[in-house]
Amino acid sequence: MEPQELRKIANRIRQRDVRAVFEAGAGHVGGEMSVIDLLTALYFDAMNVDPDNPLDPNRDRLVLSKGHTALALYITLSEKGFIPKEEIATFLQHNSRLNGHPNKVKVPGVETNTGPLGHGLPVAVGMATAAKLDKANWRTFVITGDGEMQEGSNWEAIMSAAQFKLDNLTLIIDHNRLQQGARLADTNDVAPLAPKLEAFGWAVQEIDGHDMDQITQALAAQNVTPGKPTCIVAHTNKGQGISFMTDNVAWHHKVPSKEQYEQAIAELKEPAE
Amino acid sequence: MNAPFEAAKLHDCRDAFTATLEELGAANDDIVAVVNDSVGSSKLGGFRDKFPDRLINVGIAEQNMVGVGAGLANGGKIPFVCAAAPFLTGRALEQIKADIAYSQTNVKLVGISSGMAYGELGPTHHSIEDFAWIRALPNVPVICPADRNETAAAIRWAAKHDGGCFLRLSRVGVPDVLPDGHVFELGRANTLREGNDLTIIANGVLTHRALIAADLLEGRGIAARVLNMATVRPIDAEAIIAAATDTGAILTVEEHTTFGGLGSAVAEVVVDNMPVPMTRLGVPGVFAHTASANQLLDDFGMSPAAIADSAAALLKRKA
Repeated sequence: MEPQELRKIANRIRQRDVRAVFEAGAGHVGGEMSVIDLLTALYFDAMNVDPDNPLDPNRDRLVLSKGHTALALYITLSEKGFIPKEEIATFLQHNSRLNGHPNKVKVPGVETNTGPLGHGLPVAVGMATAAKLDKANWRTFVITGDGEMQEGSNWEAIMSAAQFKLDNLTLIIDHNRLQQGARLADTNDVAPLAPKLEAFGWAVQEIDGHDMDQITQALAAQNVTPGKPTCIVAHTNKGQGISFMTDNVAWHHKVPSKEQYEQAIAELKEPAE
Repeated sequence: MNAPFEAAKLHDCRDAFTATLEELGAANDDIVAVVNDSVGSSKLGGFRDKFPDRLINVGIAEQNMVGVGAGLANGGKIPFVCAAAPFLTGRALEQIKADIAYSQTNVKLVGISSGMAYGELGPTHHSIEDFAWIRALPNVPVICPADRNETAAAIRWAAKHDGGCFLRLSRVGVPDVLPDGHVFELGRANTLREGNDLTIIANGVLTHRALIAADLLEGRGIAARVLNMATVRPIDAEAIIAAATDTGAILTVEEHTTFGGLGSAVAEVVVDNMPVPMTRLGVPGVFAHTASANQLLDDFGMSPAAIADSAAALLKRKA
């Protein structure tokens, strides 16, 4: 898909996301704004998935390890046709299948239940290993947060992915420099990430995680290094696209006031670059 | 009194596990094993030699090991994730909860050297909390076979079962208590001995001891029913209610802490349906001292003679 078309979709997802957080009175809006461009590029350009056959054995897999940004995934899945668009209005409502973290049993298109951090990459290593055993061509993508890389289980998985030569696995680190309560740099500064992944035997690319051209190019199959798993360090901004949220640690799971909501929607209506 | 074991008749359940897994693996390419540098202790060397691609060794990394199992299941594989029981369950408990139980993945967890099999290595290496931990999770049956025949049967069942499960295997030799060719049924206890004075319910390495205790009780004029209850969850409520109704007293014996294991599961059914006097033998909420596995069972009041004495004492509480 053309980058301009992807930018339009991402902007639409952002608007729906802010509205859903405002209406539900909860959500992880900051991290959702940072990950939406990546999700858009995956579902509308890089990945082979079929909403009419969500369990096709040959589908590409996406594991959203930063499961607290489930809303961004739900909206992306609804844009793609996995779930009805009107269902987004049920986010966090009583008995909705759209709870605050993704559930594969209830929501088509979700590959594994996430929420506790540091779970997605090990599961993705297993998926990629299964494809290798079958000599199948489907790819596995996983998105973690940068703060999430403080979880030791990720580093267990990083070692095994390199050992198993999983060149069908792509880890995308949503590197927005902020975790729940503080800046990454002030907590347990796992950055710089690229040299660490390289040292563990991964092929690493660093990109602007809001630049559609860079994202789609990094995700393209021809950019895979044979015999090595791929890590894309995506430099992003928490709250991307909304001036008062951008790079502001307060917006991890804060809910906008009516005025803030209206301002956010107005800013997101600016034509995407 | 130590259990009267005859070494020649004792069998390591791991041998039945690996022989069965190799047989199943030959028939089904989707069966894979995932280990944490535990090929030797899991006795999976034969599986590795036969199916080198299908033996996935993640190194000493249990959280990753369980997640990898879930991912393999997502990709259509039938993974048997094998590691020493204390580390498989304790170290990766949240992965078992989120990636297997909640995600409903088709992963077979096989905890080896469970209970106090690593007796002298100390409580870090004992797995006597695993019934309680895994039993608290939906969607993961908890199974503790009593001998090599039940182990083989349970592995066959697990391979066919569409869903996760936790199998707990000792490495301490046990004699056969179930027949060759035994078929495992989830949630179904086996009545190994009839009796109407009280019921002894056991599983794993304790089933054999319970049978000897029943022999000793017979010598004292007491007829004990013995149930082998390999499935801790889902528990066989029907057999427990029948035992309470018919015999009026229940003694449970388990290689587990008395908090939250087989005895607790049985007590839940008893108290909800047919309250009768119960005694729960197990490790009474302490860390064990240094001793071999069998010595520890004796020391914690689970020698056959001590089981018989507890049963006789329980009878005095019958209405």
